[in-house]
Amino acid sequence: MSNLLLIIMCIPVFGAIILSLMKNSDNTRTFANIALLFSAAAFAGTVAMALSFIPANGFQQVFNYNWIPGLGVTFYGGIDGISLLLLLLTNLLTPIIIYSSVGNQIKNARAFYALILFMQFALMGVFVSLDGFLFYIFWELALIPIWFICLLWGGKDSTRITLKFFIYTLTGSLFMLVGFIYLYLQTPGTHSFSWDALHNLPLTDKQQTFVFWMMFLSFGIKMPVWPLHTWQPDTYTDAPTQGTMLLSGIMLKMGIYGVIRWMLPTVPMAFTQWGTTVMVLAIIGIVYASCMALVQKDYKRLIAYSSIAHVGLIAAGIFTLNNQGVEGAVIQMFAHGINVVGLFMIVDILQKRFHTSNITELGGIANSQSLFSILFVIIMLGTVALPLTNGFVGEFLLLSGVFQYSAVMTAFAGLTVILGAVYMLRSYQTIMLGGPTSATHNFAPLRLQEKVILIFISFIVIVTGLFPGWMINMVEPSVNSMLGR
Amino acid sequence: MYVVNKNFVPQINMNHLSQTISFSQSGIGMACIAIILTPLLGFLINGLFNKKLSTSLVGIIACAAIIIPFVLSCYLFTAIPEEGITVHLFDWINVGNLHLDMSFLVDHLSLVMLLVITGVGSLIHIYSVGYMHHDEDYPRYMSYLNLFVFFMLLLVLGSNYVVMFAGWEGVGLCSYFLIGFWFKNNEYNNAAKKAFVMNRIGDLGFLLGLFLLFQKFGSLSYHEIFGAAPAVLNGNATVTAICFLLFVGAMGKSAQIPLYTWLPDAMAGPTPVSALIHAATMVTAGIYMIVRSNILFQLAPSASEFIAIIGTLTALFAATIGLKQTDIKKVLAYSTVSQLGYMFAALGVGAYDSGMFHVVTHAFFKALLFLCAGSVIHAMSGAQDIRSMGGLKKYLPITHLTFLIGVLAISGVPGFAGFFSKDEILSKVYASGHFVLFILLAITSVLTAVYMFRLYWLTFHGKFRGTHDQQHHLHESPTSMTFPLMVLAVLSIVGGYMGMPEWLSEHHLFSSFLHPVTGSAPHIHASHTFEMVVLAVSIIALVLIAYTTYTQYVTKHVVPEDDNQLKGVPKLLTNKYYIDELYENAITKPLNSISAFMYNFVEKYIIDGAVNGTGWLTTNSGVLLKQLQTGNVGFYVFAMVIGICLMLLKLLF
Repeated sequence: MSNLLLIIMCIPVFGAIILSLMKNSDNTRTFANIALLFSAAAFAGTVAMALSFIPANGFQQVFNYNWIPGLGVTFYGGIDGISLLLLLLTNLLTPIIIYSSVGNQIKNARAFYALILFMQFALMGVFVSLDGFLFYIFWELALIPIWFICLLWGGKDSTRITLKFFIYTLTGSLFMLVGFIYLYLQTPGTHSFSWDALHNLPLTDKQQTFVFWMMFLSFGIKMPVWPLHTWQPDTYTDAPTQGTMLLSGIMLKMGIYGVIRWMLPTVPMAFTQWGTTVMVLAIIGIVYASCMALVQKDYKRLIAYSSIAHVGLIAAGIFTLNNQGVEGAVIQMFAHGINVVGLFMIVDILQKRFHTSNITELGGIANSQSLFSILFVIIMLGTVALPLTNGFVGEFLLLSGVFQYSAVMTAFAGLTVILGAVYMLRSYQTIMLGGPTSATHNFAPLRLQEKVILIFISFIVIVTGLFPGWMINMVEPSVNSMLGR
Repeated sequence: MYVVNKNFVPQINMNHLSQTISFSQSGIGMACIAIILTPLLGFLINGLFNKKLSTSLVGIIACAAIIIPFVLSCYLFTAIPEEGITVHLFDWINVGNLHLDMSFLVDHLSLVMLLVITGVGSLIHIYSVGYMHHDEDYPRYMSYLNLFVFFMLLLVLGSNYVVMFAGWEGVGLCSYFLIGFWFKNNEYNNAAKKAFVMNRIGDLGFLLGLFLLFQKFGSLSYHEIFGAAPAVLNGNATVTAICFLLFVGAMGKSAQIPLYTWLPDAMAGPTPVSALIHAATMVTAGIYMIVRSNILFQLAPSASEFIAIIGTLTALFAATIGLKQTDIKKVLAYSTVSQLGYMFAALGVGAYDSGMFHVVTHAFFKALLFLCAGSVIHAMSGAQDIRSMGGLKKYLPITHLTFLIGVLAISGVPGFAGFFSKDEILSKVYASGHFVLFILLAITSVLTAVYMFRLYWLTFHGKFRGTHDQQHHLHESPTSMTFPLMVLAVLSIVGGYMGMPEWLSEHHLFSSFLHPVTGSAPHIHASHTFEMVVLAVSIIALVLIAYTTYTQYVTKHVVPEDDNQLKGVPKLLTNKYYIDELYENAITKPLNSISAFMYNFVEKYIIDGAVNGTGWLTTNSGVLLKQLQTGNVGFYVFAMVIGICLMLLKLLF
């Protein structure tokens, strides 16, 4: 197998297999280290692949094998700039997420880490599949490990909440499957699910509209777009930190990615027709979720709503169908993944020490923790899109893109600039500032791994904010090709 | 009242556009980059290694990080050609046809700002060493100051609007850090947050303005926009929209109505911060931005008119509040808001050079006044209420003398810096045909003198009204603090002479220095007789004001009464027209309660209710349908018969 991409995808699977062959024991650290090793190896491989990647050359590292010839289903995948950036994000975040759990007391750690590695594999599969059926398989495959992680390692209400999450997203996926099968039936001759066949179909307006809504339901639930979002805050709050990080950092990008890869090229007319409708929903979502974030006491839930607001802007950007909007969306996916994992890391640090994520029970931590407060501030600034941080590049491009579509919409979407500052600064103040409290004195100093992760994330926040050029160069040709230019 | 020449098109000489060089290409390029990066380096050293550095080393590093840029700025001052030079550092964001470079424009306008920021900034850094070195968080404070300078330099040196915006947001951030520097106090934290959020409201307007600019020009660099503006925008309503939106940004940053309420609260920060950020530099960013974009504003007469009106109203409004404040820093804060209003009034009538001139002189005397206030507060062991001061003249001789110079300068006493710049604005507002605005600004000028003399007499003359302990501690500040005072006092006198009125000198040094940037604006010519009359009237008014306030506060020992004994207009003024309460009740509270309602009702019951309802419906319809599958053959036959009957009926009709 000479395909580097396939090798990279296999690395975490090997890791998962090795973990499951090992004898189960209480030695969580060994399992964590093995998982860390394999996920990091996948990252190293992805970096190597990125170095040889030529943005202008379309899909690269392509593999294409017959799978179910009778149905025209192939094992077909490859990467363009968008896929590659998301692979980098997935394989950068997974080791961080695993590392964040090192030292935790995790029951049945062997299974926990095996599931994370399996998740890494499935997510990569989603981002590289070029066959609709294969994409669907990976899409559902990714749901299984995260469902187990949330269910088995989640909070006290996990059964009810994960069931809702599972049914909600699974229902959505079925609509997508209907959409894919419909497209498949329109392909000429021996039908095919391949991206090449699907994105060139001569569909009528009505057909496009049908496929558009079928797929959007599925992707919209995953992102989530208002008003399909109510599974998310509960799930984020209840899931174990690593599960929340996987969900918010990587998994929600599946929905956005799906829109760009599978909807935009296949049903372009419906995009023009329904773009405004979706953008209105997305922008309502921005304002609505920001207002929700204003009144949250639980920091996890606050971040969940802030995430919905950010994703709303990303969704709106895609539907502008202009360069800045769509490229901004792709860049912001990367930035959002980094920042949200940083924020959940902070929640984890707080929760480990105080067993609560209720911000009103905290306060005054900056009095004893100057390093922690600096790193917290940097990650927060990335989230509120201060210039020279990673959040700004994406947000500026997105808002500028939306502006070219509609100035009025931008005025509403831009409220995120103000409201984001309000809820982030307000919660920061409640948690960190003010006079010394019991939280100040009981804050055990940051552990090495916590320091390393926060410093590393802060570093990425600033470096990718100052030098976003490599990302833009990587994705620009691919975005142009998705836009049919 | 103001005749606008609708067909007026600014004349731009395309040959005058600056040359672009790479940063490593020449001494100028390297100096420019060093100016920006030195404060950043100072921030990083003091921020990262503060535990390993001694207190004195922290001070030396922080001061060096701004004095070096000052020296380099002086070098640039001598080396920059009239049309300016653009220094390219690296490509920042390139998407499609959007090209944003990290590059810097050094021309006469940015040089003026550079010299003010690094010059006044250096003095304030030196002062800070004396003022803050006892603070347990002294290194953090000094590093924030350096970071602020870095962003401020980015703001004035950026060669496109987005780099300016980066600096613009960055200075807002540092202002947030420094207002809330003593973060143990939640009132200070609230003030910091308020400043940041109000600035962000303005920033949204600014951003929208940038998007509109980009839509029209396909670029955000000054070069391309100003070159093409007359052709692209002349007679076009878009330019008005652009200028309005940009001005919304300026309203936030430069504290104009309705976004001014954060600035008085910002006095929660250490006093040198108030001098540097909230008087001399950051708050003038809005003025800088408009002068930078003067080509656009010249094309938008109605937006300019709006700016002149808002500026004048802010100047008057803030001055009336200043009359009744009893906190020494609050008086100065409202005076800053008022003086900024003056500057905007100048910009609004097209007197861009006069506006900038006032930025410079104001930086001198307002920084001086704030630093003097700091020296007073230092001596009073932290007390800021002027009702507990009085008679400080004999304890703080240097502070007293320099403060007096500041008061004379801001009141516009002939010969002092404020006189030149303020009278220039007044006469240009009049000459441009804005008679009402002129009257309002003249009244403001009177009020300014009133509250400044009131402040002066109450603080430095009469009997000391504080506690015995406080009196015991009264002392003049150390040299590191008095030295900057003396330098600024000298500047508050001589600073005005670079812009002498026409009847005194044919050559307006400041105006001709700015000519390459603002030269396309029509020259507003004020009549000499009129200026003489204004001069005479103002001398008489000032003497009267000084005399009446002296009898009031020194001879008769009148002390402002307790806040809760006030009635009527004084009560209204002391409470700042209840604007904060208005915002609180009209915006903040409704936003929070609507959000809470949405969360507790719409989110939980309607949206999530619909989702759960769908689930419930699915489950229960399954239960219902289950009833049909009974396995009872009789029921199936019955159903079949009914079905056949229905079909027959349908066939019949």
